Amino acid sequence: MWDRNRAESYPLHRRDVVEHLIKDMDDLLIVAGLGAPAWDTTAAGDRDLIYPLWGAMGGTAMIGLGLALSQPERRVLVITGDGDMLMGMGSLATIALQRPSNLSIVVLDNERYGETGMQATHTAGPVDLAAVAHSCGFEQAATLYDEEEFDHATPTILEGEGPLFFVIKIRAEDPPLVLPPRDGAHLKDRFRMALLGSEKGVNPAA
Amino acid sequence: MTDTPATWPKDIYAALKALDVHHVPYVPDAGHTRLIDLCLGDNEMSAVPLTTEEEGVAMLAGSWLGGKRGTLLMQSSGIGNCVNMYSTIKVGRYPLLTLITMRGQWGEANPWQLPMGQNAAEILRLSGFQVFSLDEAEMAGEIVSAGGRTAFEANQMVAVLISQRVVGSKAFAPAEAN
Repeated sequence: MWDRNRAESYPLHRRDVVEHLIKDMDDLLIVAGLGAPAWDTTAAGDRDLIYPLWGAMGGTAMIGLGLALSQPERRVLVITGDGDMLMGMGSLATIALQRPSNLSIVVLDNERYGETGMQATHTAGPVDLAAVAHSCGFEQAATLYDEEEFDHATPTILEGEGPLFFVIKIRAEDPPLVLPPRDGAHLKDRFRMALLGSEKGVNPAA
Repeated sequence: MTDTPATWPKDIYAALKALDVHHVPYVPDAGHTRLIDLCLGDNEMSAVPLTTEEEGVAMLAGSWLGGKRGTLLMQSSGIGNCVNMYSTIKVGRYPLLTLITMRGQWGEANPWQLPMGQNAAEILRLSGFQVFSLDEAEMAGEIVSAGGRTAFEANQMVAVLISQRVVGSKAFAPAEAN
């Protein structure tokens, strides 16, 4: 079974989901996976404590783990896509073993590789990423299909005891590009300066 | 060889503590066994077992974003598993310190280890690393300290290759069997 069209009729829209999750949530430390998730967080309002990726495919959740272990008092939200999560599926095992209570992972699952021409991914077939996460040891792992389920889960995603893993099935669509800055060192430095202060942010010996 | 346990793993551990390293992602290697045990036993450190080495590269970018220093421990065969993820480190001008126990060089008896082992330094240099070779066990602490300073204070990618002469080569069969 590989239904390459069904995502065209999923009711949730990616830009609405991301805006609903992060708008005005300025304390969140956000890592946004490459491609559309990074354009989505930018569309919701680019800010220093969002680290949008232009590469690192397969690594988004692990960047989130490193950040969560460094900042145990802060909520870390990873927002990524199904293609990135499929490439880094082993990281679910690694993260579950660490049990970071402040880490939430949200997979915007349109069952497509959006940046390369909307080819179908494995989640258009039998692969259930939430079940994978649950099997790895995420006690809270679920798939959300509509607005009611998403609204109900939102407080858990933002404040629940982690590690949390939510797949949100979103419509396969191609909203307009809204691009974040693309210089990696700038993105890193602005994040560290906003989090750690301007001196320590750019001068690790300080 | 004597029965006295080598001191180089302890020397590296002491150097990592002095460098304020808190996160130690690793894929196990026989040569790293004692260092991994020291890190796992340290309440101030998070020693994180990985399913593949590239997870550790990504994790340490996140660690640095959050203000913590880390070091990736792996065997030379892991170098190639990380190649695309090194781009994240290079483009972001992140520090990265990795300590790599070598296979595929001195006295290697497994031919499958040779391609990565023989090309380790070149692949790392092409990926943007400064490569330090640790060939004398007594230099371990000093080399890791020097590499760590360059990594963390100059935002550089630094790899320390721990020679198979220091680690010891793996025996697959007692000598008399051959």
